[in-house]
Amino acid sequence: MSRPSDRVLGFTLLAAALFAATFVDATLQRAAHEPALQRTERLVEDLRLSDLVLFTEARYTRHLTQADLHSAFQDHPVALEHFPSGSLLPPPALLLDRHEPLDREAAPSD
Amino acid sequence: MNRWIEKQRHLIDFTASSLARRKGKSLGLLVVYTLLVFVLASVSLYTHALRNEATRVLAGTPEVVLQRLIAGRHDLIPPGYIEKIGRVRGVQKIEGRLWGYYYDSVLKANYTFMVPNDRRIPEGEIVVGPALERSRGLAEGNGISFRAYSGELHTFIVSEVLAHESELVNADLVLMSEPDFRRFFAYPDGHYTDIALWVANPQEVRNVGLKLINALPDSRPILREEVLRTYASIFDWREGMMLALLSAAILAFGIFAWEKAAGLSAEEKREIGILKAIGWETGDVIAMKFWEGFLVSLLAFLLGYVIAYIHVFHFEFALFAPVLQGWAVLYPSFALTPKIDGLQVATLFVFSVLPYTAATLVPIWRAATTDPDTVMRG
Repeated sequence: MSRPSDRVLGFTLLAAALFAATFVDATLQRAAHEPALQRTERLVEDLRLSDLVLFTEARYTRHLTQADLHSAFQDHPVALEHFPSGSLLPPPALLLDRHEPLDREAAPSD
Repeated sequence: MNRWIEKQRHLIDFTASSLARRKGKSLGLLVVYTLLVFVLASVSLYTHALRNEATRVLAGTPEVVLQRLIAGRHDLIPPGYIEKIGRVRGVQKIEGRLWGYYYDSVLKANYTFMVPNDRRIPEGEIVVGPALERSRGLAEGNGISFRAYSGELHTFIVSEVLAHESELVNADLVLMSEPDFRRFFAYPDGHYTDIALWVANPQEVRNVGLKLINALPDSRPILREEVLRTYASIFDWREGMMLALLSAAILAFGIFAWEKAAGLSAEEKREIGILKAIGWETGDVIAMKFWEGFLVSLLAFLLGYVIAYIHVFHFEFALFAPVLQGWAVLYPSFALTPKIDGLQVATLFVFSVLPYTAATLVPIWRAATTDPDTVMRG
């Protein structure tokens, strides 16, 4: 291991082995998490849950799919959306589907 | 073949020694490069795994959730509504859901209060989610008081804490009996928060949704497919504030790498001139520089990716979690199941390794094809 190329290639190989190890670890962890995931699926069915607890700060980020079009502007009609998580999440797919085309088709008022 | 390999090894020897001579600069580049790959890989691994887990666990969500809207706002389901739905053909099962939010002024946190339909909870008892257990120090058998909106204090005994493993969906839940829920929120009898319903034929869900809107024009059905679609687009790349911030970092790195790779220093130019003067061919000089660019970017990619993997799946995305938590007081602590998208990793590889390698080659090719004397004189 005296040549510089041996050291560089050795280090690169080690990094590549670690890279490959992440895939092995992912497979092992997936198998280990499976029973817990199944129990979570059952809990969602039993409690009729519809959303993930990702952001509890505002109701439209806690129950993202249950939000209406106006909930992000709840304080007054032109209020800016002010919860930080609101800027991370896109609006629910359902709202975009129904309102976006209307916005595009509507003629601007004079 | 052996001769070729030996030649490449000599070139790598030369590149490694040349990088070692500029130790500070080379290490600095490797560290910044690795950090950039780390940040990008962390975000993409996390969002992919979360998206995957969301789609998987939410597959069991009610087929249709029906809300009632008044003036664009969610309103309670009045008595008689459920009976009207019962007459819509194709509906197999209907249930009124009772749930709502409670703001705890002690912790300044929001909880989700809910009445489970498949489980009986005795009056005066509650089942709490693990985030409540953590933040309010609750355990089985403990008592806790909540001040209702009427001003009255209601005391409940915690009969169970929900499993930590399902924190992604149950962290902030407080499950209670229907009489307790109605008393606590002064919820009018016969009213519900919304309605969950199931359709006999899965192909008919959309039609049933349309029939519901026709029969009850003030209602808004939310289909399971829409719930899944919403979570499939979770942290959409276009929408991510984090990525918007990141784009500045990527740009900064782009300038840095371009400057480093494309602008040859006088020292490097001289080096090329000398190499050519002592008999190196243009191809050798380019191969030597190719190895430099390729090895640096490959190492940065491998190290950045491995650290990102450990960060996301073994340290719960700890460095970026504050960005996700926002102003929320209660947040779930969950270990995501690793799900790696090969295409995503390949894209990251292509975008992190190729541009840098290419950027190193272009100026070298220009310098290496000119006369050694001109190159040395600058």
